Amino acid sequence: MTQDKSFISKEQVLHVAALAKLNLSDQEVTKFTAQLSDILGYANELSELELKDVSPTAHPIELENVFRDDTVLKSIDNSKVIQNAPESLNSQFKVPPILDD
Amino acid sequence: MDNFFESAYSIAQQIKDNSITSKEVVSKYFDNIESKNSELNAFLITDKQAAIRQAEIVDQKIQAGQQVGTLAGLPVAIKDNICTDDFTTTCASKILREWKPPYNATVIQKLISQDAIILGKTNLDEFAMGSSTEHSAFGPTKNPVDPSRVPGGSSGGSACAVKTDMASVALGSDTGGSIRQPAAFCGIVGMKPTYGLVSRYGLIAFASSLDQIGPFGKTVKDCALVLNAISGHDPYDSTSLDIKSDDYLQYVDRDLKGIRIGLIEEFDEVLDVSLRENLESATNLFKQNGAEIVKVSLPYVKYALSTYYLIAPAEASSNLARFDGVRYGLRVDGDNVEEMMINTRTQGFGQEVKRRIMLGTYALSSGYYDAYYKTAQKLRTALISDFKKVYDQVDVIICPTTPTGAFEFGAKLDDPLQMYMSDIFTIPSNLAGHPAISVPFGTDSNGMPLGIQILADGLNDSKVIHVGSALETLRTEG
Amino acid sequence: MEMPANTVKNDIEDFLKDTGFEATIGLEVHCELKTATKLWCSCKNSFGNEPNTLVCPVCLGLPGSLPVLNKRAVEYAIRIGLALNCTVQNSIFHRKNYFYPDMPKDFQISQYDIPINADGYVTLPDGGSVGIVRAHIEEDTGKSTHFSASGRIHESSATLIDYNRAGIPLVEIVSAPDITSSEMAKAYVTELRNIIVATGATDGKMEEGSMRVDANVSVKRIQDSELGTRCEIKNLNSLRSLGKAINYEIKRQVDNILSGQKVVQQTRHFNEDLNQTVTLRTKEEAEDYRYFPEPDLVPLNPGAAWIEQIKAEMPPLLIERRRMVQDLMRETQEIDQLQSAIAILVDLNLDSVFKQTVGIGANPTIALKRLTNEAANAVEAARNLNPEQFAKLIQLETDNKISTTQSKTILSKMLENPDKTLDILISELNIVSFGEAETTALVEQLIKDKPDEFERFKQGDDKVTQFFIGQIMRLSKGQANGKLVTEILMKKRNQF
Repeated sequence: MTQDKSFISKEQVLHVAALAKLNLSDQEVTKFTAQLSDILGYANELSELELKDVSPTAHPIELENVFRDDTVLKSIDNSKVIQNAPESLNSQFKVPPILDD
Repeated sequence: MDNFFESAYSIAQQIKDNSITSKEVVSKYFDNIESKNSELNAFLITDKQAAIRQAEIVDQKIQAGQQVGTLAGLPVAIKDNICTDDFTTTCASKILREWKPPYNATVIQKLISQDAIILGKTNLDEFAMGSSTEHSAFGPTKNPVDPSRVPGGSSGGSACAVKTDMASVALGSDTGGSIRQPAAFCGIVGMKPTYGLVSRYGLIAFASSLDQIGPFGKTVKDCALVLNAISGHDPYDSTSLDIKSDDYLQYVDRDLKGIRIGLIEEFDEVLDVSLRENLESATNLFKQNGAEIVKVSLPYVKYALSTYYLIAPAEASSNLARFDGVRYGLRVDGDNVEEMMINTRTQGFGQEVKRRIMLGTYALSSGYYDAYYKTAQKLRTALISDFKKVYDQVDVIICPTTPTGAFEFGAKLDDPLQMYMSDIFTIPSNLAGHPAISVPFGTDSNGMPLGIQILADGLNDSKVIHVGSALETLRTEG
Repeated sequence: MEMPANTVKNDIEDFLKDTGFEATIGLEVHCELKTATKLWCSCKNSFGNEPNTLVCPVCLGLPGSLPVLNKRAVEYAIRIGLALNCTVQNSIFHRKNYFYPDMPKDFQISQYDIPINADGYVTLPDGGSVGIVRAHIEEDTGKSTHFSASGRIHESSATLIDYNRAGIPLVEIVSAPDITSSEMAKAYVTELRNIIVATGATDGKMEEGSMRVDANVSVKRIQDSELGTRCEIKNLNSLRSLGKAINYEIKRQVDNILSGQKVVQQTRHFNEDLNQTVTLRTKEEAEDYRYFPEPDLVPLNPGAAWIEQIKAEMPPLLIERRRMVQDLMRETQEIDQLQSAIAILVDLNLDSVFKQTVGIGANPTIALKRLTNEAANAVEAARNLNPEQFAKLIQLETDNKISTTQSKTILSKMLENPDKTLDILISELNIVSFGEAETTALVEQLIKDKPDEFERFKQGDDKVTQFFIGQIMRLSKGQANGKLVTEILMKKRNQF
């Protein structure tokens, strides 16, 4: 199933990893470039199809206007909110500093 | 005594009749867990004490003559991507290793309200991404029929638990075949209901527009019993269908008169000899028992795999963004929050999850959205309209559940595309949101179980149960 | 590159004229909706609570949780759309994907290519107009604060996050780039705020952050047809900052071009201490938001019937309320000078008590002045004024039975004591009516007592008027009406 043509470049793989907040080793970059290229090459069969007049489906079921009433229900206990936090301080989630502010 | 485990439905009856206590039943299942799980790794976590305690409460209710639920005292296993506030919920990922949800999924609430006993949480491919359970961060589950082979995935733990009597029934989730494929590989029944029939609230999302929770059982009737309990409208899930409830048990053990069964032309060419023969013998049984067999065509079905592998990773890349080390789960520190997020995600996710996040991020990224994601959505429309035409002619479609029986560990690990091909027959139902069931039927050349899949139009869950149950009966009679 | 940002309006206008540039400004205004609960869950929508007490699996973005749309939030968004003359249409929700620690799911549910409201406009008080491209629904983020163990502000050793605000419903109103100056931007935001607050959908409090403004600013030479590269200034939380930031940014961009550099497309932040905008991030890969339809939500198709119902149940639009007041004042000579008072009356929600009071027959000009000056200090009480008693009070003033000063005194007591009638208040305050007869008697007495002064007055020495008024005020213990005293004095001068 390997294509002659590469469907994604190393640079694109690195760009995508940055968008997805992943750090890839050199080995992973090489491996993912080949594997993603394989998969995208396979999926490239879709590009041959004439689908101009077909509308996209986001949902397998046809539903619309699903609402909730604007009525307050109890929130969960602060202790339960914080129990899973890797780090917390004064009932807040604590993280290393945000740089760009 | 071997027969005892063959029907959850009958165990439930015996508990209700007070001819056996739930405590005794739960203990029997725990005996199996204790003797088998260390080798097979179906369960990631169990809580015997809590289960026994719950069983005793149910027994007291029954002895006091109180009304009990339809699953009263029945031991159930839950795939570990469904939130439970009594158990950690890990998605078999390092990134959620210690996570204890502060809430129960809607299906868990429903099981509890029917007095089911939850034994523990079962293994899966990390975040339900995989077809072999090899991608679990906590080690693979083994196929109980042949432990050198995979149990299928992603719900491999649930399938293995039911097959080996470590649970009477189990819940799994099915995004591209993750219930039906392991059911087929392990030789049990697995069903994916219509999208929206079972609430997704509390199911940790892989691909939101494809995910659906469904049951595993030894029999179609057991699956119908569980479906009765877990289906129904949920105001906490916007995509939950608000329709009249049905009793799926009534569709079991019916005859096949007047039933029209479709065979997909396009699948002919991809079936190898043994699979074709297996499908033919199922078809013959149906024909001999009053069903009408019709050749049907789904021209776009051959693009289903491509479509799926653009849509599912795209949605996954967004659904899995929240695992960033800020609020819960693993945190790997960094000098600033950005570094912390990158370090956490890089060390927390396994290879398959990373691969799909990468693929999905790419499919959604600027400049490629139209070519990949949007085109895939259009294909989805085309496939749905194909199905619509077919279901004007037939009640159900039958096809193999998988292109092969269970494969050996490592066989497809280095070739993700080959691994993805395992889903070729199961994916179309997810894309269309339709119900489908896999019923054990025949074996492959290695003696591994195979499944026949029955597909029906959206909301025709009753039809897949009806025809699935009939096939089960014919198989044992034959 | 530094320049004082408190450049006055004329400076920047002169600067643009001198350099031959013009500015193009578009604003994105985020306003929080006044719903009882959040957008996707039933947690309370409330400001100023203990951190992380108004959260649940949904607004914390916990794995497995799902959003369900708040119907009232949709209704409020539609109100805003209607008030901004938008087309209300079928829409869907999208996910906007980017990582930020105060965003629990690391994506924001928003609307993208098909917003609920599109293509509207706002008419400014000076008759100008600003187009509205869209007004869409989205969710707010949590709030992060810098924390420093050493206590020094600039040494930020950690960030603390509170998610109480996460998931509060917002409407983002995107203007067309029709704005050409900071003054126009301020006028637009002021009018926009008044319009949407009048719908009851939002309280528009910039100081509490319930209304926030982002400004897109670009400059170009007047003769150029293409727009220049724009910069976005984020999170302006007062009109003052908005004006200063825009002026600073215009000057910075023109200076940049004049010195031969290019304007780089950026997101900038207005630093109030430095009075200048600073780079937040350059728009490169961070801006690939990978929008796609939110699969956990279904399409939002409000339909004509519901939109009509919302329209019918909506409070009257600001512009209609102003027109109603203007209609009640059409006989008034000085109506043109009173336009801003009319706007204030409506913004303070005092137009209803005004309408009732004038309906009973009170003088509209006096009613307007009292309500927008004296009563404005006690708005709640003013909204509950008894129109009958208030109308009677205005009638006494109109008939010169009491002075303006007396009238104001009584009004302030009336606001404090809503249950007391006008007569009781007058007697409690010992208000003596100095009408024409009483005042004439006093004036005549004074003329008799001070013949010399009156002689000088008759000769034309108008300064003596003040002397007479002072004397009469003393005699009346401050209760006489100065205007009336002057009138009577004039009459006496002509008589003698």
